Amino acid sequence: MAHAYTPGLRVAEMTVLRKERLLPIKGKVIVSKGDHVSSDTIVAQTHLPGNVQLVNVASKFGLPPEDLPSVMTKKAGDPIEKGKPIAVTKGFFGFFKGTVNSPCDGTLESISTITGQVILREPPMPIEVDAYVDGEVVEVFENEGVAIEVKGSFIQGIFGVGGERAGEIHIAVDSPDQKLEASLLDESMKGKVVIGGSHVDWSGLQKAMKIGVSGIVVGGFDDPDLKRLLGKDLGVAITGSEDIVTTLILTEGFGAMAMAGGTFGLLKSREGKKASINGATQIRAGVMRPEIVIPMPDAELPAGDDASSSAGLDIGSSIRVIREPHFGSLGTVTELPNELWKMESESMVRVLKVKLADGSETVLPRANVEMIEG
Amino acid sequence: MSENGKIRVIVATDCGSTTTKAILIKLVDGEYRLVVRGEAPTTVEAPFEDVTRGVLNAVREVEELSGHVILDGETFIHPSDGGDRGVDLYLSTSSAGGGLQMMVAGVVKSMTAESAQRAALGAGAIVMDVLASNDGRLPHEQIERIRHLRPDMILLSGGIDGGTITHVVELGQVISTADPKPRLGMGYNLPVIFAGNVDARGEVEDLLTKKTALSMVDNLRPVLERENLGPAREEIHELFMEHVMAQAPGYNKLMGWTDAPIMPTPGAVGSIMETIAEQRGIEVVGVDIGGATTDIFSVFQHTFNRTVSANLGMSYSVSNVLAEAGIDNVMRWVPFALPELSVRNRIKNKMIRPTTVPQSLEDLKIEQAIAREALRLAFVQHKSFAVGLKGVQQERTISEAFSQSASGATLVNMMDLDILVGSGGVLSHAPRRQQAALMMIDAFLPEGITQLAVDSIFMMPQLGVLAAVHEKAATEVFEKDCLIHLGMLVSPVGTSQEGKPCLKIEATLPNGTVINDDIPFGEMVVYPLGVDESVEAKLTPAKGFNLGEGAGKPLECTLTGGVVGLMVDTRGRPFELPTDEHKRVEKLEKWANAFDAYPA
Repeated sequence: MAHAYTPGLRVAEMTVLRKERLLPIKGKVIVSKGDHVSSDTIVAQTHLPGNVQLVNVASKFGLPPEDLPSVMTKKAGDPIEKGKPIAVTKGFFGFFKGTVNSPCDGTLESISTITGQVILREPPMPIEVDAYVDGEVVEVFENEGVAIEVKGSFIQGIFGVGGERAGEIHIAVDSPDQKLEASLLDESMKGKVVIGGSHVDWSGLQKAMKIGVSGIVVGGFDDPDLKRLLGKDLGVAITGSEDIVTTLILTEGFGAMAMAGGTFGLLKSREGKKASINGATQIRAGVMRPEIVIPMPDAELPAGDDASSSAGLDIGSSIRVIREPHFGSLGTVTELPNELWKMESESMVRVLKVKLADGSETVLPRANVEMIEG
Repeated sequence: MSENGKIRVIVATDCGSTTTKAILIKLVDGEYRLVVRGEAPTTVEAPFEDVTRGVLNAVREVEELSGHVILDGETFIHPSDGGDRGVDLYLSTSSAGGGLQMMVAGVVKSMTAESAQRAALGAGAIVMDVLASNDGRLPHEQIERIRHLRPDMILLSGGIDGGTITHVVELGQVISTADPKPRLGMGYNLPVIFAGNVDARGEVEDLLTKKTALSMVDNLRPVLERENLGPAREEIHELFMEHVMAQAPGYNKLMGWTDAPIMPTPGAVGSIMETIAEQRGIEVVGVDIGGATTDIFSVFQHTFNRTVSANLGMSYSVSNVLAEAGIDNVMRWVPFALPELSVRNRIKNKMIRPTTVPQSLEDLKIEQAIAREALRLAFVQHKSFAVGLKGVQQERTISEAFSQSASGATLVNMMDLDILVGSGGVLSHAPRRQQAALMMIDAFLPEGITQLAVDSIFMMPQLGVLAAVHEKAATEVFEKDCLIHLGMLVSPVGTSQEGKPCLKIEATLPNGTVINDDIPFGEMVVYPLGVDESVEAKLTPAKGFNLGEGAGKPLECTLTGGVVGLMVDTRGRPFELPTDEHKRVEKLEKWANAFDAYPA
């Protein structure tokens, strides 16, 4: 094998992205092909069927289920109102009537003479999907949603929490290895996407949330702080639906780690521009990483786009070490031996030789590095 | 089968969620043997979105390694020419795309719902949730849950034949109202299997025919004291092929290539274990610890059970092991001091970059500490599930049926266990086999005399699907090529104080060494006894200790060896680690040294 391919996270200075914005169930698309949309433009809407309530009317009246139709005052399909009767017994000579009132507004869906249950459905709930990014509608999927194309910079993080947000980019540190301390945050950052360096701690994140910062992008964060943020130990990396005001995106991992120079430099060059971010991460089959999209509609697209993302790992490639020892270090590949090597752990693995940024040389398992792309 | 005689060359693949593995089996001198194994990344995801790419790549690696020509371009050459060209049988299993994810429903949680769960697990599914009339949730909560989970399939059971239909129809109403949508693809109806009271079929049909792809099979609990899981399991397999697999990219093509239906991977593993336990008349526990899930299979008293711990694994789910076991339980197996922050961050970094491997010895030891907890927790779950009434062979009286559900006694009896088989990366690829043995002993705590083995290259899925078509080939390869025997373990049950008498062992090893040892409490000892070697031994447990014959009763038996040797564990059952930090580390090091588990 001439090449070993270890894909890294994408960091593209200029690219064209296509974002599909789809409804969870069929509904109505309210923009047209060719429309220019902003991140908060509603592009499609629908109604989710309402919640269902089951009422066992037969058992409330002590009736056999087959007698249910004789006491129902509403039939399947009828609208119902909260607190209003849906079934009444005749009682004795007009007295001692029994009544069952509807627990909700909505419609009566069905009456079962087998189980004695009446199924009530609450009114439908409206659902809207916004554009998420500033761009152009390039395709309409009838009744389902749209595809939006956006030209600009694109950066993937390694892990995030919190959903889609948008805001102006603000660089809060001087270098990629500086920590984002609470003291570096102030009220002027409300609604912005704040770029830190190597790390944010609990007090920094707390302050950002209090101010109403849209998002924080840093190199690393500590797991005990993540536990505090979520209120539980995160078992499986499926995130994005957390109810938090500030979306957090890590570019490197857990612990304090300098943000990769390329990532920091690119973000710095985009200071003041609007970014759309999403912390949603899924590390499973069909991996999903958090992302930062910075629309640049008027910029020139370089020839060949960012083809580097599909190139293989080769001698001279820039890599980042992604496991101990040397975790977080950057380096350059100097040799790609073919044979298996024995590690200190005695595992036999394919390796590469790397010259680290501090000038030292070392041998690492290929599985423990990732390419720095873009 | 007369046709079996013609089968000389077999290729079987297992399409896992990350890797597709292919094996080549050939008939050599009247015996089926594994020739070679190849693997390639699974190609269900973008940019390939065609599972057959990975299959072809894995098969090509087999061709390169063996010199046997299997493919003509992208077509399997059928049949073999008796030499080095062509195959007679091609089979496959699959767990790609997250495997088969099901919800099951039954009227009573501990009865029909549990039977339904067993049927689904036995068929190789991951059971996402169990609905029951008495599960404590309100109907709207159950409806929300069905909508939220989007299973691949639902198995609905409930009621004995001829009994009341009210409750099972209520469950049908819940499913109908939820109007469930399948996980993969928008364009087809969710398969629902009804395996409940036959008298309710009409009502269930009225409720579900329009909204789902409904099929009916025999009641899985026709009377209270008997289960009949076969028809439901078979229907699950069929629908898995027809609906779920057909939605996955490239599977239609793959289904056209195979000579027998594609089986879900865990279903195939269960099938081979059931076959082996049946043939040899033994009690078996098998474990497969993967990146995302840990599967445990057992056969006790002729009863097969399988559990999937969906979120206990060594890469994608590694962080969940920490969440479920707690940091202290993980740290107790680490033979050095490490700050909690460092351990937590390391585990999270493994979760977000799941394909990395331990380079340093320290990292390897941490990973193996986590593995012990993942295995332990998965086995706790298995023991609590493998209870009560099982398969059709075992008829019980109605009073027994009630008493067992009340007591919930597990079928898993470690003293009766004959063989414990481990597989999955952390066990199969441990740099030294001794490490796999130690992890399995610490997590499962076998009792009495138990054989330990690992499936070195995890061939069991392919052999499982092969067993359904050609049992002879499957069992021959299983016995000769699949298992790596680590050796027998002697572990007396009982507790005492360190240094007090525990076990006397008398034997003469094949190399002439005479053993006449008194092994005190709290030790781990390994005697050299190789693969295919055995020894006649007299084992005398001290007062209060039991090897299966009763407390203090001696036992004369044949002990077999393996790549680790003859292992003795006098740390007692129940087993407890010292609470004192210094003493704990010292003990862990001493036991590891006794096994020569790590480099000095």
